[in-house]
Amino acid sequence: MITAERKPLEEILQSVSSFDRILIVGCNECVTVCAAGGRKEVGLLASALNMSMLKAGRPVQLTEHTLERQCDPEYVDELAQLVTGADAILSMACGCGVQELARRYRDKPVLPALNTKFMGAAERPGVWAERCAGCGNCVLGVTGGICPIARCSKRLMNGPCGGSGNGKCEISDEVDCAWQLIWDRLKALGKTDLYEQNMDAKDWRPAGGGGPRRIVREDLTE
Amino acid sequence: MKTDSVLEKILTSGQLAVTSECGPPRGSDPEVIRKKGELLRGVVDAVNVTDNQTAMVRMSSLAACIHLRQMGLEPLLQMVTRDRNRLAMQADILGAYSHGVTNMLCLSGDHPKFGDHPMAANVHDIDSVQLIKMVRDMREEGTFAGGEEIKEPPKMFIGGAANPFADPFELRVARLAKKASAGVDFVQTQCIYNIPKFKKWMKGVCDRGLHEQVHVLAGITPMKSVGMARYMKNKVPGMDVPDDLVKRMGGVEKKKQAAEGIDIAVEMIQELKEVEGVAGFHIMAIEWERKVPEIVERAGLLPRPST
Repeated sequence: MITAERKPLEEILQSVSSFDRILIVGCNECVTVCAAGGRKEVGLLASALNMSMLKAGRPVQLTEHTLERQCDPEYVDELAQLVTGADAILSMACGCGVQELARRYRDKPVLPALNTKFMGAAERPGVWAERCAGCGNCVLGVTGGICPIARCSKRLMNGPCGGSGNGKCEISDEVDCAWQLIWDRLKALGKTDLYEQNMDAKDWRPAGGGGPRRIVREDLTE
Repeated sequence: MKTDSVLEKILTSGQLAVTSECGPPRGSDPEVIRKKGELLRGVVDAVNVTDNQTAMVRMSSLAACIHLRQMGLEPLLQMVTRDRNRLAMQADILGAYSHGVTNMLCLSGDHPKFGDHPMAANVHDIDSVQLIKMVRDMREEGTFAGGEEIKEPPKMFIGGAANPFADPFELRVARLAKKASAGVDFVQTQCIYNIPKFKKWMKGVCDRGLHEQVHVLAGITPMKSVGMARYMKNKVPGMDVPDDLVKRMGGVEKKKQAAEGIDIAVEMIQELKEVEGVAGFHIMAIEWERKVPEIVERAGLLPRPST
């Protein structure tokens, strides 16, 4: 999923300070799962803003709404009426949702309430970690199912570097050495021979080096 | 010979090679590098010039190599994949070769977290193994990484790093094999303090015949004090300093610790000379270049071969 974290309240307050009617829009997809921008978080942010604004002697009109998917034009259309009654939209989706709102409602300021982080998975309750860099040319089949691009701090394709110790990366005891994980998994699979096949320099075009990326599926286009 | 490198000539002749390093200044004064270089004249076969070592901005390795070359010394251009993409690196390789620099060391580089620009982008367009392959293809195929032909290809003698002390130990020989198949000519190892572990790694290297493909220069760093020994043991990633060495450094009075560190370095070189597959020594006397002549002399490695 795409993970995100809410911006500090101070920053959000600053960004909406000149508006009287604010529409807060959540998303029921990834940001709900990572507890950053679902219906519950929309409610919590609305209460926090409300209290802060009241305290500052500047009450505002806050409207809450959570869409099924904020990156999808079909759902974003639902907001039309609510948007008419608002001076600004505060999006609690990832950057894709923010941009979809901005594209659909061109004359309305759309402000992000979240910082979009990475594509990751839950490690344990309350902890998410990066897993995929979206490089556009997956190598997981030869790296034992562990991505060196997303998970090695130097994105080494032929690691590990000389800083791997006790299974951890040199940058932090909190970070596993991706190449230790790869090696362990290749051993478990009986595939250590894969390790010695050098990976060639990567073509970064599918990773975004070729400019903003699109997928066009002719069979689905109208 | 693959190149015009003096280092290649010496290693190919079977004589023990000696290299050392100069860290360029954190400023633009060329005298700093010239002074360090002068200390090493006639004492070593090639002088490594570090590339933004420990992820701190310094005078570029290329510029410092040119200063050394102009003094008639044999520079060894270190290049990390952290700071530049493959276009920039190939451009610098052409530029270095145009100035008579014929040795390179291909590295991934310390993480920016450890330096003074932790906010900088961590480039890693390619990694150290891929850099070795790129420089090898520039030399042997006469082609750029993009596939096009190079007019007057640069012929670099290609080095890499090897750290037998990092984890997992069991794949450290295989990692050298990866660098060998990418085309590395020699490696310089991480500073050796744990000799039994180094010997174990070296045996693995020889068992696979890798020592016949790659010249292995053993890394030596003299310790200045027991404080430095402890720091290297506890704080430097991928460093293995056994307790008995720390104890030995701590067992002499403070004033004599530096001399003890030099003694240890000399003894280590003597012992490592006898290890099969060791083709020479890389002496990294960090900001202590003036001690290199004494170490080299006492280790019985002078005079250096004339080429």
